[in-house]
Amino acid sequence: MSSSPLRRTALDALHRSLGATMTDFAGWDMPLRYGSERDEHVAVRTKAGLFDLSHMGEITVTGSEADRLLDYALVGNIGSVGVGRARYTMICREDGGILDDLIVYRLGEREYMVVANASNAQVVLDALVERSSGFDAEVRDDRDAYALIAVQGPESPGILKSLTDADLDGLKYYAGLPGTVAGVPALIARTGYTGEDGFELFVAPSDAEKLWQALTEAGTPVGLAPCGLSCRDTLRLEAGMPLYGHELGTSLTPFDAGLGRVVKFEKEGDFVGRTALREAAARAQENPPRVLVGLVAEGRRVPRAGYSVVAGGEVIGEVTSGAPSPTLGRPIAMAYVDAAHSAPGTPGVGVDIRGSHEPYEVVALPFYKRQK
Amino acid sequence: MSNPQQLRYSKEHEWLSDAEDGVATVGITEHAANALGDVVFVQLPEAGDTVSAGETCGELESTKSVSDLYSPVTGEVTEVNEDVVNDPSLVNSAPFEGGWLFKVRVAEMPDDLLSADEYTAFSAG
Repeated sequence: MSSSPLRRTALDALHRSLGATMTDFAGWDMPLRYGSERDEHVAVRTKAGLFDLSHMGEITVTGSEADRLLDYALVGNIGSVGVGRARYTMICREDGGILDDLIVYRLGEREYMVVANASNAQVVLDALVERSSGFDAEVRDDRDAYALIAVQGPESPGILKSLTDADLDGLKYYAGLPGTVAGVPALIARTGYTGEDGFELFVAPSDAEKLWQALTEAGTPVGLAPCGLSCRDTLRLEAGMPLYGHELGTSLTPFDAGLGRVVKFEKEGDFVGRTALREAAARAQENPPRVLVGLVAEGRRVPRAGYSVVAGGEVIGEVTSGAPSPTLGRPIAMAYVDAAHSAPGTPGVGVDIRGSHEPYEVVALPFYKRQK
Repeated sequence: MSNPQQLRYSKEHEWLSDAEDGVATVGITEHAANALGDVVFVQLPEAGDTVSAGETCGELESTKSVSDLYSPVTGEVTEVNEDVVNDPSLVNSAPFEGGWLFKVRVAEMPDDLLSADEYTAFSAG
């Protein structure tokens, strides 16, 4: 960790007044939990949770060739995203290695907002600036222009409806529209990282506290709870969503991570990584090195990132994320394992938990899917 | 939070009761429980095991981490709290009461345990 002081979000004082336990996350001082992370997790699954995600990195791309730049710089078909819609995508190196996973919102014909992970925002910004050479497009660092508040969970549409005139019923999953929430101008996006229905609200930092308080007042009667990054991690893990630095990294291509569908070879023009990703796609089809799977514990000991997956006394893979699952009531993990052991139900698979081989069941991801 | 006056405390955040008929009760402090977050698994020594002051004798797993459990005292384990094995959340909800971990027939009492006030100051720093 660097010794530079931690950055604080616009909601920092509020978190402290709520008694949050704070943690260093990618150089930001963020709420880890306010009370019990298990209760926060359950609140999101059954009612609603309120998150400060202001550490996420917003980058605005504008100009007559903004779409062409993003088609070149990212692996997705960004030009095909309609205005008001969003797309999950990735930015890769020339060798196909993943620099980050992203959500790109098309705010206008010639305006996009790219949302990067906090830990990678500078890398993404630098890559976009470098790749923008020759395009009529401007890449703008808007990390300080936004606070990001998420309200997630089955009660979130009702909570938000009470605070806005925006057409939430017409706002589909992975769509975003500008509006006003609790008197505050906001980009209202129906996106999230929890496996539940929910919204992410991009607002000016100076408006963040007002919006947070309004959401708290509207949501508390229906069970909304402030939620920290700890439950965000268990929520996304149950939903089988990858986390950069765990399931994703520069040594992996999207195909290695089982997310080859985000790479759009059919789009117009060249893009960074195309040649290497072609090869990665073929390799993943014919001779995959390792496959991302889910593991569910038979016992109660919790696998952690970096623990070995074993079978017959041999190491056959590595855990990338692990936690006790509040929904399943058992420890779960995502792991990269040798293809021969990757089929759901493969017998004899375990995790080496500090020297003891604990039995685990190989399952298909995700662990949890909400009922619609 | 307040640390009960009648207990003594280790710098590894365990508490120890006064011995009754030579047997003392061990748990972790509320400060430690809060720092761990929701405890989901406890591995305790077994009755009959010998534990030594300052040495690991088990594990506490929470959502985010696993931590060693240290014994604050030397002696023979006479009983473990099966309730907490079955429901580790007792460590969070009642660390000084129903969330006790095990009992020890004290062979040797360390001389560096802290009083409640000393521990409060120690854990605040």
